[in-house]
Amino acid sequence: MKLTIFAGTPGAGKTAVLLHMLKTLIRQGVRPSIVKIDCLYTDDHERFSQCNIPVLLGLSKDMCPDHFSIYNTEEMISFAEKNNSDYLIVETAGLCHRCAPYTENCVGVCVTDATSGPNNPMKTGPFLSCADIVVVTKGDMISQAEREIFRERVLESNPQCKIVDANGLSGQGCAELAQLIGDNKKEVTRHEQLRHNAPFSVCTLCAGEKRVNRNFHRGLLRNMNGFQEYVGE
Amino acid sequence: MEIIESITIKGGIDKKGMPELLQEITVTRGEIIGIVGPTGSGKSQLISDIEQIAQKDTSTQRKILINEKVPGEAERNDPRKKMVAQLSQNMNFFADMAVFDFLSLHARCRNKTGVDIDEIIFLANQLTGEPIHKTDNLTILSGGQTRALMVADVAVISSSPIVLIDEIENAGIKKHRALELLSGQGKIILVVTHDPVLALSSDKRIIMQCGGMRDLIESTSQEKLVAQQLNRIDHEILALREKVRQGKMIEYIETELLGSCFNSACYL
Repeated sequence: MKLTIFAGTPGAGKTAVLLHMLKTLIRQGVRPSIVKIDCLYTDDHERFSQCNIPVLLGLSKDMCPDHFSIYNTEEMISFAEKNNSDYLIVETAGLCHRCAPYTENCVGVCVTDATSGPNNPMKTGPFLSCADIVVVTKGDMISQAEREIFRERVLESNPQCKIVDANGLSGQGCAELAQLIGDNKKEVTRHEQLRHNAPFSVCTLCAGEKRVNRNFHRGLLRNMNGFQEYVGE
Repeated sequence: MEIIESITIKGGIDKKGMPELLQEITVTRGEIIGIVGPTGSGKSQLISDIEQIAQKDTSTQRKILINEKVPGEAERNDPRKKMVAQLSQNMNFFADMAVFDFLSLHARCRNKTGVDIDEIIFLANQLTGEPIHKTDNLTILSGGQTRALMVADVAVISSSPIVLIDEIENAGIKKHRALELLSGQGKIILVVTHDPVLALSSDKRIIMQCGGMRDLIESTSQEKLVAQQLNRIDHEILALREKVRQGKMIEYIETELLGSCFNSACYL
């Protein structure tokens, strides 16, 4: 089975691109299962259900959304296997620019918004630099010059990636995306590993601390001046 | 780079999903083609298809051939090999950087060495009112300044054998000078326009309707003559526009250009 993981900033158009791409896949006779991960609320799973394919929704609530999808990967694979799917497509909520949800044998797709400015590809971090495919949306809203600069910056951050210019409204580029995913022959295993480590998340905030004063914080701590230390047992 | 002799647009479907009435258009080197039609009729989509060198992968399912062939992937995507320069309708920049840095970065993307950035800013300033400075942040530029800078950028950095221009008459920049900057000997130029002066000055014009190409009209010699007359009126109006902009009063205009129209219609 092929595992495809979609990551991207909120509002970049992950769901819109995915919905158009699903239509192409279904036309080609592929049997996909969809997992939608979000933090607090979503109704996107209903939009996916309209494509008549198995959909599983996960809300991460108090857990970090990327950690949530990583922690639940096996369960998602089982869900897709139970539905006899040949594709498992996971749409993550991925909000933090420090981690990337892609595993070694997935097809990692990063959806990024061209209107976010040419410095964005460098800020986006591992979920862009470790992706196999970078989908650039909203290119129709900017000038050709800005599109070309944005593309250059994506390639500076991830020289190996394939870039797809897509339009979430018209569906342009989404067939090409389906083709690229189909061309990737990697199969998911039961022993997946992340491509990139997450931040060292031993953190007092994770344990519910709300006080901002530094006396109350433990774990890997970094000062504004760059000095970093571990405080705790 | 291979010399581009022609570009062919193979018709796809209109907004209703019906085949376009015009199923094939070929534009050859040195031709200027107008694209006209009501708002929403698909003019901008047509040039966007050409910019991407669409291969039935856009909403219109058009196919674009260069020199009667499908260009390779690099020619479609790599800005260093691009054959198409596009001036779109955008009136603002999103990039949060200085004018000079932006132009330098774009020149690098297009692999243009030895580009004089100050010259580009100088050209842009010939099209707009208040000058653009190289240290200005792109996002603070006005609509007109942005457009002027985009024109100069397309003319110098994106300089390509195929030039697509979307409504150059917008944003109050000097359109005649802008068009002059963008066009060059032996280029293929497509101009989306609502302006009769520009439409009649082109060699042919594509008529758009409901997302599809409906007809292709060749400008007659009579039309070219009308274009010249309109051009004179246009220059007069643009001169008036400059006066208004400079805060001058206009209580009198040359009547001979307007002729009988002025005497009969304007006093009604």
